[in-house]
Amino acid sequence: MHPAKSVILFTTASGAGYGMIFLLTLGQLLGILPFNSTLAFSGFGTAFFLIILGLASSTFHLGRPERAWRALSQWRSSWLSREGILAISSFIPAGLYALLIVVGQGSFDGLVIFSGLVSLMLCTATVYCTAMIYASLKPIPAWYNRLVPTSYLVLALSSGALLLSCILHFQGLSDLITDITTIILLLASLVTKFLYWQHIAEHRGRSSVGTATGLGKLGKVRLLEAAHSEANYLMKEMGFRIARKHSQRLRKITFISGFVLPVFLISLVGVLASTTLANLVMILAILMGTTGILTERWLFFAEAKHTVSLYYGAEKL
Amino acid sequence: MTCLPVVNPTKKLGLVIDLDICVGCHACAVNCKEWNTGGHSAPLTDLDPYGADPNGVWFNRIHSFEVVDEDNDSKTVHFPKSCLHCDDAPCVTVCPTGASYKREEDGIVLVDADKCIGCKLCSWACAYGAREYDEDVGIMKKCTLCVDRIYNENLPEASRVPACVSTCPVGARSFGDFNDPKSHVSLLVADRGGFDLMAELDYKPVNKYLPPRPKQNEHSCAANKPKQLTPVATEKAGLFARWADKVLSL
Repeated sequence: MHPAKSVILFTTASGAGYGMIFLLTLGQLLGILPFNSTLAFSGFGTAFFLIILGLASSTFHLGRPERAWRALSQWRSSWLSREGILAISSFIPAGLYALLIVVGQGSFDGLVIFSGLVSLMLCTATVYCTAMIYASLKPIPAWYNRLVPTSYLVLALSSGALLLSCILHFQGLSDLITDITTIILLLASLVTKFLYWQHIAEHRGRSSVGTATGLGKLGKVRLLEAAHSEANYLMKEMGFRIARKHSQRLRKITFISGFVLPVFLISLVGVLASTTLANLVMILAILMGTTGILTERWLFFAEAKHTVSLYYGAEKL
Repeated sequence: MTCLPVVNPTKKLGLVIDLDICVGCHACAVNCKEWNTGGHSAPLTDLDPYGADPNGVWFNRIHSFEVVDEDNDSKTVHFPKSCLHCDDAPCVTVCPTGASYKREEDGIVLVDADKCIGCKLCSWACAYGAREYDEDVGIMKKCTLCVDRIYNENLPEASRVPACVSTCPVGARSFGDFNDPKSHVSLLVADRGGFDLMAELDYKPVNKYLPPRPKQNEHSCAANKPKQLTPVATEKAGLFARWADKVLSL
């Protein structure tokens, strides 16, 4: 599948944003993180910025962005519609919670707990819906499996955790629990992606050029002559090949830059005496993590093969 | 509404494509383009049509495949492909705006050009590559089963069939109601073993394909074997022919 930059930015940025809101809210409700207005302002501010950036970016993918509001109407059947509705409605409890913390300086009352809990649910549901947009597509076996929503949820948490960890370090609020949580989430992402890549290597779907044409019963089928001389929309959108050529190298970049190096750098920060140096190392960890997750998402699209390719020369998926 | 119709449509219109007959002339694709660039989903935009890299929207494409059987005997099969108007059409249910819909009255899958936002998700959900995006207009387009022909009372009755069917010079395409077990298309499917494309995905396509008939060759079964020509018996031949046969056999 063609890896559109707008969709890569949308899924990674909004994923990290929701992951951050989730962890910050959960940390505060559990009493691990302080009800501190500076932390709330910078943390929720960054998260909302990322989510809005992601949502705005997703509309650039549209042919008619001015009609984007129409996408909120078909929640009964469409995961994309559900995602849109949840993405917007999650702003209400998350925004209210953030406001109560920033303004109320953490006076702990029922409304804070209630809005926080609703926000936790809606953030999770939104990321799940984003993943289900892809995981509901039968013609793409690399997406049509349970590991897709799992990895979207785990990666949203780990990328959110990495950003939050950076903010906590800058404000001197990090401790062993927050660092270890971030490291555990990054390692969980690494394991999930490993399992995902193993899964897609073993499950390539039952479709072949034989079933696509129905001629498989008669013998071995191959494309003799293309339907047209120039590339059409289908070939550009679903016949993307560059990433498959480099997939092993790109997977290594994802593993090392996205997960292994951030884990190493966060561990390193724990033993550094200088605050300035520690902050620089955290910025480096963010840069590495960002490179890693962008590569991961680019591969997620580019590696996935669509059944349409069976009509254009592929023998199986 | 992008939910699929709950009630089974009274009519289920679609095509039967006979892979035994199709000669791959592309006339169906050309006539489809010609009719539809002025029809329901007009225009079928072409970008750079006379330049080095022309590309545009077509509702019907003809691929050609080669099938090689166990005896290493090969067969060329021309394979026209357009929207199959699936009963269980995921291109409809994934649509976030309600632009993509399946008609209750006849099962035709259409796109409402005024509602489509051009998110392209329907084209990802279609296993068959039946939908093509119009970059110029920014919306998705697809085969309409010539909804603007088949009910068009301004056309003579014989012309009220999809453009691809009306133009096929060899009669490889048939149009009709699959809900009627006595319709021409239903009988063809029953008689010739019409099949679904990618049945494993369970999209329940309405359009059916008829398989190429077995080839007649030395491996065909006895009943289908072509008659061999046998030499004329020598004893009934004339005097000169018998003499010539003897001389030439020396």
